[in-house]
Amino acid sequence: MRKRRVWALLGLFVLVLAACGGDEDGGGEATGTTGGGGGEGITVGVSWNNYNEERWAKWDEPAIVGALDAAGVKYISSDAGSSAEQQLADVENLISQGANALIILAQDGEAIRPAVASALEQGIPVIAYDRLIEDPGALYITFDNVEVGRLQAQAVYDQVPKGNYVFIKGNSADANADFVHSGQLEVLQDAIDSGDIKNVGESYTDNWDPAVAQTNMEQFLTENNNDVQAVVASNDGMAGGVVAALEAQGLAGEVAVSGQDGDLAALNRVALGTQTVSVWKDARLLGQAAGEAAVLLAQGTPLEEIPDTVSFDSPGGNQMTSIFLTPEAITQANLNVVVDAGWISTDELCQGVEAGTVEVCG
Amino acid sequence: MADTEISTTTDRAPEAPPTEGERRSFRDTLRSAEIDARLAGMLIALAIIWIVFQIVTPGHTFLTPRNLWNLSVQTSVVAIMATGMVLIIVERHIDLSVGAVMAVVGMVMGAFQHDFLPDVLRFDHPLTWVMTLALGLVLGAVIGAFQGVIIAYVGVPSFIVTLGGFLVWRGLAWRVASGQTIAPMDSHFRLLGGGSDGSIGGTWSWVVGIVACVGIVALQLTKRRQRARYGFRLRPMWAEIALGVAGCGAVLAAIWFLNRYYVPAGIVAQRGLPPGTNVSQGLAIPVLLALGVAVVMTFIGTRRRFGRYVYAIGGNPEAAELAGIKTKSTVVKTFTLMGVLVALAAAVQIARLNAAVGSLGTGIELNVIAAAVIGGTSFTGGIGTIAGAVLGALVMQSLVSGMVLMGIEAPLQDVVVGIVLVLAVALDTIVRRRAAR
Repeated sequence: MRKRRVWALLGLFVLVLAACGGDEDGGGEATGTTGGGGGEGITVGVSWNNYNEERWAKWDEPAIVGALDAAGVKYISSDAGSSAEQQLADVENLISQGANALIILAQDGEAIRPAVASALEQGIPVIAYDRLIEDPGALYITFDNVEVGRLQAQAVYDQVPKGNYVFIKGNSADANADFVHSGQLEVLQDAIDSGDIKNVGESYTDNWDPAVAQTNMEQFLTENNNDVQAVVASNDGMAGGVVAALEAQGLAGEVAVSGQDGDLAALNRVALGTQTVSVWKDARLLGQAAGEAAVLLAQGTPLEEIPDTVSFDSPGGNQMTSIFLTPEAITQANLNVVVDAGWISTDELCQGVEAGTVEVCG
Repeated sequence: MADTEISTTTDRAPEAPPTEGERRSFRDTLRSAEIDARLAGMLIALAIIWIVFQIVTPGHTFLTPRNLWNLSVQTSVVAIMATGMVLIIVERHIDLSVGAVMAVVGMVMGAFQHDFLPDVLRFDHPLTWVMTLALGLVLGAVIGAFQGVIIAYVGVPSFIVTLGGFLVWRGLAWRVASGQTIAPMDSHFRLLGGGSDGSIGGTWSWVVGIVACVGIVALQLTKRRQRARYGFRLRPMWAEIALGVAGCGAVLAAIWFLNRYYVPAGIVAQRGLPPGTNVSQGLAIPVLLALGVAVVMTFIGTRRRFGRYVYAIGGNPEAAELAGIKTKSTVVKTFTLMGVLVALAAAVQIARLNAAVGSLGTGIELNVIAAAVIGGTSFTGGIGTIAGAVLGALVMQSLVSGMVLMGIEAPLQDVVVGIVLVLAVALDTIVRRRAAR
């Protein structure tokens, strides 16, 4: 009896170790150097919070490396595996490996602050990549989330200037949800005040969960007896839930629906005509901007003199120097943008699309 | 909809083995009619919730055929899983991993039918849905059994094992498609999720209702005959007839009401019918699945040796072991069964959403556990009914749907649901303590 239990435990350990081993390998590869010889002896260190997320490896890292290569700068990196503590150690390691500038994708914008402060004290500039780090000494580079909301609302408004609107907002605990929604209101507030647009339903969505968005949409349709002309959904996942709810009522394609992220499934819906717009944030632009800024900072350029910076009052009360990149609204009219960028293949984009309806799909 | 369930089970007190149920039946009229007081109480609570929402929702949209039809579909995913959770909690275990398992199974099913099968068969092949569902159910069973073995044979507490699973399976779900959303689903598979095409129409709904009605009466007759044969005390004739009429009436009324929800105008146009045609949607397939699962699980839980063992283990694990029950294999079976139910729920969910997403089922384990607990399942073990859990799921979803109709924000909805959860258990505990005195 006891022997069997020991064996079971041992087996379990082997399994767990095997799983960890696999992860270790992935991390190892991520830490490889891809620098272009370090022409000027400058090294830029990148601390990823979780390299396992497809996006970073596929889009962001090559863009950063490309920008660094162009300047002949060496690239080193580390992966914190979603651990805020690990990331603190990672930043120190990068510094001891000789990084002259740091790009940090923070796991936790608060927890990373001591490491950032210590780097800045040592004269090593820090870029807060995509996620805010509440330290005024850092350069914050991200896509403009308020602009995302504006673009969503504008695309929907262009199609439905008058009518009943539903707002499917993101997670109530996520500041980005409110940034996006404030952008939406900037565009629509006048029309709401004048009565052209009527807000007939508005809801936060726990965890940005598409299933919750679907249920909420069903309730809004029930409440309004299907008298809804437009849905401003804050991301593509939730837009998927909204479209599923509309399909069940035979309304998909007749009601304007927004989203963001350029999800492949969402772009397919844009091609099919069931979603109006997906606001796309090209990660490569972000990577490139960060890479170029890192090189400038490492060469001693002061924060304020980095091109395209603006001052931004953060939710934490800091005045941050920031670069806000402009996202792009993808509608049926400019689907070629995502295809040309290699973001999605024509096969995936055009699955189920009738020939002759969308230009890219032929 | 859930009324079918209750009426098939109200005539016994499933939390206790039947022999014991007999001895207690002298207390009062209610007891002599052997109506489960807890279930009756929940039905009354549900009725109150519905009526209040009907009054307070703008436009009085709550008690409309359409909203109740929505409600039935929205409840089905949690209801399917709650039936399994009852047995697990009855056994004094817990499963925190159901949401994460749902995600990994959902993602695998999504990838299988979207990326793999179209290459092997062809796009929209009629066999796609069967193979996908079969794969999902097997995967669910394997995951459940794996966790069950660690719990039963290694002896790690189920809380820990499934807490680990909660992290592991969610992470693996992410790995399946690197966080990408997989959509759309196969057109046949989508029928599992309901919608206008995934409903059986008015006529078949009546057939289901009548079959359920016949089933209720047949069940009563069999039981009466059996009791007479063993010389047990019989339920008074008036109670028997009243129960039969109430059960049958509730089922048929529910069908009648839901059948008044017609196929939406947009779909009518798509089907090429003349505008203004009123075609009943009928019961949705996910609702039928949930009801079917509830009936089968009630049967397993109360009429099969496995189910008796589960309740025996929950009532007193040591005694059960000493009595020669193979407790360990029973635990493994329970978790395997849970895995299968989670897989079924995952299939319904991705079919309904027409997409498999890595965040599938986030936080749903709490809804499932809450449904079981509101339905009268006790963490002290040995007590809990399938019908109660299904009703519990319906109560929870009613609250959420009603609050959305009222325009109450999500964080506040959570506050209300949380209060109701604690209140329900508090009431139950007080009532139970009084009864014990």
